[in-house]
Amino acid sequence: MKLINHTSVVKHMKPRLVINILFKSLFFAATLFGLLVLGILLYRIFTQGIAYLDMQFLQSLPSRKPEQAGIKTALVGTIWLMAVVAPISLSLGVGTAIYLEEYAKKNRFTSFIQVNISNLAGVPSIVFGLLGLTVFVRALSLGTSVLAAGLTMSLLVLPIIIVASQEAIRSVPKELREASFGMGATKWQTIVHVVLPAAIPGILTGGILALSRAIGETAPLVVLGLPLFLAFLPKSVFDMFTVLPMQIYNWTGRPQAEFQSLAAAGIIVLLVMLIIMNSIAVLIRNKYQKRF
Amino acid sequence: MNATMEKQRVRIVQGEEKQVEMENKNIVYKTDQLNLWYGENHALKNINLDIYENEVTAIIGPSGCGKSTYIKTLNRMIELVPGVKTSGEIAYRGRNIFDRSYGVEELRTKVGMVFQKPNPFPKSIYENVAYGPKIHGIRDKKILDQIVEKSLKGAAIWDEVKDRLHQNAYGLSGGQQQRLCIARCLAIEPDVILMDEPTSALDPISTLKVEELVQELKKEFSIIIVTHNMQQAARISDKTAFFLNGEVIEFTDTNKIFSTPSDKRTEDYITGRFG
Ligand SMILES: Nc1ncnc2c1ncn2[C@@H]1O[C@H](COP(=O)(O)OP(=O)(O)O)[C@@H](O)[C@H]1O
Ligand SMILES: [Mg+2]
Repeated sequence: MKLINHTSVVKHMKPRLVINILFKSLFFAATLFGLLVLGILLYRIFTQGIAYLDMQFLQSLPSRKPEQAGIKTALVGTIWLMAVVAPISLSLGVGTAIYLEEYAKKNRFTSFIQVNISNLAGVPSIVFGLLGLTVFVRALSLGTSVLAAGLTMSLLVLPIIIVASQEAIRSVPKELREASFGMGATKWQTIVHVVLPAAIPGILTGGILALSRAIGETAPLVVLGLPLFLAFLPKSVFDMFTVLPMQIYNWTGRPQAEFQSLAAAGIIVLLVMLIIMNSIAVLIRNKYQKRF
Repeated sequence: MNATMEKQRVRIVQGEEKQVEMENKNIVYKTDQLNLWYGENHALKNINLDIYENEVTAIIGPSGCGKSTYIKTLNRMIELVPGVKTSGEIAYRGRNIFDRSYGVEELRTKVGMVFQKPNPFPKSIYENVAYGPKIHGIRDKKILDQIVEKSLKGAAIWDEVKDRLHQNAYGLSGGQQQRLCIARCLAIEPDVILMDEPTSALDPISTLKVEELVQELKKEFSIIIVTHNMQQAARISDKTAFFLNGEVIEFTDTNKIFSTPSDKRTEDYITGRFG
């Protein structure tokens, strides 16, 4: 006796296929919606800003006269910021990840730390701004310097780097560690020569994504009190500075239409930097993607 | 611990004492009343085993009987598992490996290990073999070159890889990878080689090559090999230990264990009645 009636199965085939197509179109529309919004945004910014985007724009100091204004201080400031954030956040983040994955015993204390790192990643960035204002700007009297902002931003992106590095380290197969230990290597030699080389693509990818978050963030810097307008370049990490998002924020706040266009041009510069960094992350991931 | 050179009595478990005349061979590993627990799980029970120099000792038994646990205890790899407790003693060349003063790194430079699944590093063939010597402080390029060549020849893979030493080891076949892992292990010039089912992930031809290699290697090294393949144990080993539920049921000459086993359970196992 057959338990499945094939004629009835065939009869019900049609509605099933219709539902299949319906959902496919629905999800496609959802994807399209996101793309469309991004497209409109990019279109608006490019049509508005592209006319102002030239070498003069990149090389001039800000000015009250829109035709002379440029983005040099903000661009240089953003590069300074990255130069401080990258080494601090990477060394602290990777160090923490190595400790948690390789050395720490799995107990209540380490799982408490683990949970809090994940929580930290969800804390609104403005809270990090308040922390930076209290600790770095005021208590340590660093003022609105590159260093104060860099330290604040490092704390902000630290959880991202820790989590990404932990995942990269965890994905190194334990067989490779065993092979190394089996030859009499110490834990440190195993970490340096086996674990880190295999984890580095993941760590770098996470690091670059974290950095691109840092150069796009504005809220914490507003709280720190970074100047909206600055006509000189920082000479050391203790100098005042400003960054691209602050400069853009400044321009968008002005009534003249020319400044709106300058803001658009500034956004293009920022976007290009972000796209370049994300592409580097993708390239690294593809180049080193290894099958274990 | 001093009488390792004299004629030995091999005590067969079950209390039944049989005198077996041994040649004058050194004992490499002497396991004395070893017990091991994974948390509450009593995985090794009162193990007594003597491993001799320049012999192949096979460890057989159904899966889960403690073969891997035992072989990993010999180089203390087992300590990577959290919650492992041991009692009893394992003497390597007369010195208890559980002694506080015995560093695992020191022990493992003497005792190499080959794993079940080939596990080369994602580095070049050359770098894989040079890894061990390098971590032990050898920097001289000429010496490293010599070690790499000697080890690859020792593992019977030199001819296959000599033209591509600087290519990634992941490009090799499974069988070649396993022989590379053996070469990597030879590169630290160990005294003992531990092998945990080294051919279970390999095709029959690669298996044969590794078996031939083991025969060759025993001239220079003492080898302990875990296998679930009884024909393999019979083909390549001098002595065989039969493990069951964490106990050594029988440990004697391979010829004897396969022709006239003295325990009913050994007989049942080797005739394929269980396991
Ligand atoms: N990492 C581990 N943690 C807890 N128990 C384990 C672990 N490894 C093995 N065991 C247990 O120890 C016993 C022996 O296992 P094992 O030595 O791997 O057997 P074999 O290699 O003979 O198949 C089994 O009961 C197994 O469940
Ligand atoms: Mg096993």
